[in-house]
Amino acid sequence: MSRMQQILRQIGHQVTERLWRLGFASRFLLMTVLYSGTALKRFHLTIREIYFTGVLSLIIILVSGMFVGMVLGLQGYDTLQRYGSSEALGVLVALSLVRELGPVVAALLFASRAGSAITAEIGLMKATEQLSAMEMMAVSPIARVVAPRFWAGVISMPMLAALFSAMGVLGGYLVGVKLIGVDEGAFWSQMQAAVDFRQDIMNGVIKSFVFGVLVSWIAVFEGYDADPTAEGVSRATTRTVVTSSLAILAADFVLTAFMFRGI
Amino acid sequence: MRDIFLPALLPLIATSAPADPLVQIRDLNFAYDSRSILSGINITIPRGKVVAIMGPSGCGKTTTLRLIGGQLRPTSGEVRVAGQVVHECDDDGLYLLRRRMGMLFQFGALFTDMSVYDNVAFQMREHTNLPEELIHDLVLMKLHAVGLRGAYKLMPAELSGGMARRVALARAIALDPMLIMYDEPFAGLDPISLSIIGELIRTLNDALGASSIVVTHDVHESLKIVDYIYFVSEGKIVAEGTAEEIKESQAPYVHQFVWGEADGPVPFQYPARPYGEEMMEQPSKPRRWWS
Amino acid sequence: MNRAVIDLWVGLFVAMGLAALLFLGLKAANLGSTDIGKTYSLQARFDNIGGLKVRAPVKSAGVVVGRVGEIRFDPESYMALVSMQVDVRYQFPRDTFATINTSGLLGEQYVGFEVGGDPDMLKAGDTLKKTQSAVVLEKLISQFMFDKASGDEGK
Repeated sequence: MSRMQQILRQIGHQVTERLWRLGFASRFLLMTVLYSGTALKRFHLTIREIYFTGVLSLIIILVSGMFVGMVLGLQGYDTLQRYGSSEALGVLVALSLVRELGPVVAALLFASRAGSAITAEIGLMKATEQLSAMEMMAVSPIARVVAPRFWAGVISMPMLAALFSAMGVLGGYLVGVKLIGVDEGAFWSQMQAAVDFRQDIMNGVIKSFVFGVLVSWIAVFEGYDADPTAEGVSRATTRTVVTSSLAILAADFVLTAFMFRGI
Repeated sequence: MRDIFLPALLPLIATSAPADPLVQIRDLNFAYDSRSILSGINITIPRGKVVAIMGPSGCGKTTTLRLIGGQLRPTSGEVRVAGQVVHECDDDGLYLLRRRMGMLFQFGALFTDMSVYDNVAFQMREHTNLPEELIHDLVLMKLHAVGLRGAYKLMPAELSGGMARRVALARAIALDPMLIMYDEPFAGLDPISLSIIGELIRTLNDALGASSIVVTHDVHESLKIVDYIYFVSEGKIVAEGTAEEIKESQAPYVHQFVWGEADGPVPFQYPARPYGEEMMEQPSKPRRWWS
Repeated sequence: MNRAVIDLWVGLFVAMGLAALLFLGLKAANLGSTDIGKTYSLQARFDNIGGLKVRAPVKSAGVVVGRVGEIRFDPESYMALVSMQVDVRYQFPRDTFATINTSGLLGEQYVGFEVGGDPDMLKAGDTLKKTQSAVVLEKLISQFMFDKASGDEGK
């Protein structure tokens, strides 16, 4: 009985702990948005962070997008030709990329490439008292350090997702048309007939924007909340990658249910 | 623009009320949750003086600095800086007050993503609208004062510990503060850097007409430069006096601290049960993760 | 890192992002060609729309001239009320015949306009009088079987 109680108490403790953290994180997000004046007024602060989060993630995004598109081309052709509809390859590649794979995979890569870097940087700034020092200089670290990184992530994410999808479509084209020999005209025209700009592409952009907010929020929060030790920073970095990956996939399900249900 | 002139005006305000100390701490208590860190602290920092707060590691010295800077709220009692009670200030008031304070953190806490130049220019750019040419002159002036004008292009990672500390000092005095706080300025420095920092603390204080608080456990260096010393142990002030008084003091605690004796009022052994009793006991079984 | 270099890279990055979006819009989707600018609305009632969906194309002589906007059930006539957004560049006579066709045997369904000879043109908000419902394959098969069976009996 006492064992049972102990387990229940443990669960209760875990749940309250998580809820408390979620509340704390929400308050932090609110503060970040409220203190965004500096990041937007002195936009070069944000531009600098876009360089570190967005531009430096370009290589991994472009290369992965290309490979994912090429794999889709190979696998899609293999399946479609059994039903004699290999011309629909363009549709398959474009729709899977634009609706799902582009936003989701780009966001997962972004979380591990840029999100972890943001967490580690803010966590180390905290551990070496740089945030404290800034506060003592009457400069709010949320306005000066957190907000620019947050907005940089939010701005970079849709760009990266669009680049990922575009590279993927190119990769699918290279494999499908140039390598396997699907008819080029059918490849593009079927794609254009099936992919709708508002329904598919804009919804993909909205998805990637939501993922951008999620990943950036988690990354800056974990960094700011990290224990100011080497171990604390490393744990915060891990948590950023794990939590944002889960958040991306869960949010993707919810968004997909709203956007594409019954259409 | 308006703010840069504020520090310049402060000496004028100060001379109008010379008897009024810059920092006054009265009956200060502070506890993390239920763990008491400071109890019944009374400290006065007169204008223009360098005051040291000394004590062993972990006795609450750094906490005192954070209370003065308003980063922590006292459990009871108050800290007055320039006549204002720190914990009663709202955010804006606190930020205004902090613009007139400079703080040197234990290991410098330089912004690692900025050059030495940008570190020193940081506050000028954040708080003033000074033209970049003027900031350039001011930054080089501050760096010259700590002897590192030649290093303005370097990144913090390229500096030695002593140089980083001096750059951090130049950054702390960027806006000519009325109060400069030093958190362990001598920790981990070689003897040369150590005496350079010691010299700088004294000369900058006098040149700027500021007041300084030095939190340290380095007795010999600080006895050379400070005007008045408070000894803190386990959250209480156990002794105070001028440098001369402290050197002559026969109080057992101060004597142990100043002469660095291993055993005395501060025992060598961490509190424990009698040795024999502990040796006789069976070691408890290691706990398994599933138990 | 120099601020000018960073600005350049970020500018390039944003330009690339927008270019990718434009590429997707123009090359992968229907943005440039078939997405219709100004449209006017036409209605048609069908007995059965089969598998017709919102945003399905409206074609005349095989060319896309509009899209299906909304599909409702009309509780008074017990028919499906389909409203279509048709490109303003194209006008159709009043006796145009609307049919629901299937592209290929199992492909997607679309609305086809077969043009009549009336000199008056349809105006925005008008309803097409003559319609033909979707061909429902199961119905067709069962009808065929039934006819066959009853035909045999009659002999």
